[in-house]
Amino acid sequence: MKAYLTRRYMFPASHRLHSNALNERENQTLYGKCNNPHGHGHNYFLEVTVGGSVEAKTGMICNLVDLDDCVRREVIERFDHQNLNTLEEFQSRVPTTENLCVEIYNILRQSFQAAHLEKVRLEETSSNSFEYTGGADLRR
Amino acid sequence: MVYLTRKVEFSASHHYHNPEFTAEENHRIFGKCNNPHGHGHNYQLEVTVKGEVDARTGFVLDIKELKELLTREVLDAMDHRYLNKEVPEFSTQIPTTENLAIAIWRRIDSKLRVAQLHRVRVYEQPDLFVDFYGENE
Repeated sequence: MKAYLTRRYMFPASHRLHSNALNERENQTLYGKCNNPHGHGHNYFLEVTVGGSVEAKTGMICNLVDLDDCVRREVIERFDHQNLNTLEEFQSRVPTTENLCVEIYNILRQSFQAAHLEKVRLEETSSNSFEYTGGADLRR
Repeated sequence: MVYLTRKVEFSASHHYHNPEFTAEENHRIFGKCNNPHGHGHNYQLEVTVKGEVDARTGFVLDIKELKELLTREVLDAMDHRYLNKEVPEFSTQIPTTENLAIAIWRRIDSKLRVAQLHRVRVYEQPDLFVDFYGENE
């Protein structure tokens, strides 16, 4: 039996949306308030979905403790209470939630092996959320 | 094709234990969930069905029928129960959220007369849920 398990986490961080490929006016027009040079913050809610066979002996796709340990070590500790613009991964990319979502997916794809990573969903606010599956069709 | 989701809540207790494992293995694999006296959750169940909209009624299915089915097959059987002891599926399976989603799928899939079951989603807590789409059934 194949099932999908989703775990939800939260971390606060700040960012400023500003592209070096655009001039000042273009940045202000495109990013609006998000272009404020001092930055601003969000409580990001992260949903990590893994899929796999439910093991008969344990009734589990994977051990939740392993997933929590990996996400906390590789993702939360990296981004929690950080200014995203100061991090290496956002020196050449704008720290939009799209880019952060893809970054988190790629980190977990590398570091979590106990089940198949299906999707990363990232809520920037209660109105905006982003999903990345690594290119696979999004399951509804 | 239109998708319709009905949400219901139930409260139940459970514990995780595999008699094939040693006491130490059970504790290591299942952690706090291995407490033999059990612990409980307020489960939230979302059942999604899909189908064409009937031209005469404007419905995918009569939601009253789905509500009655969920009451009979899920709430009456599981609400305020100890899953390990009172729900037959869990006399042989560990009542994880994964197995609970599969058990609920099996209870309702064959009894849906009109629409097709698409997804069973079970929230064990607001930050943990499992989806089952009937794969490998």
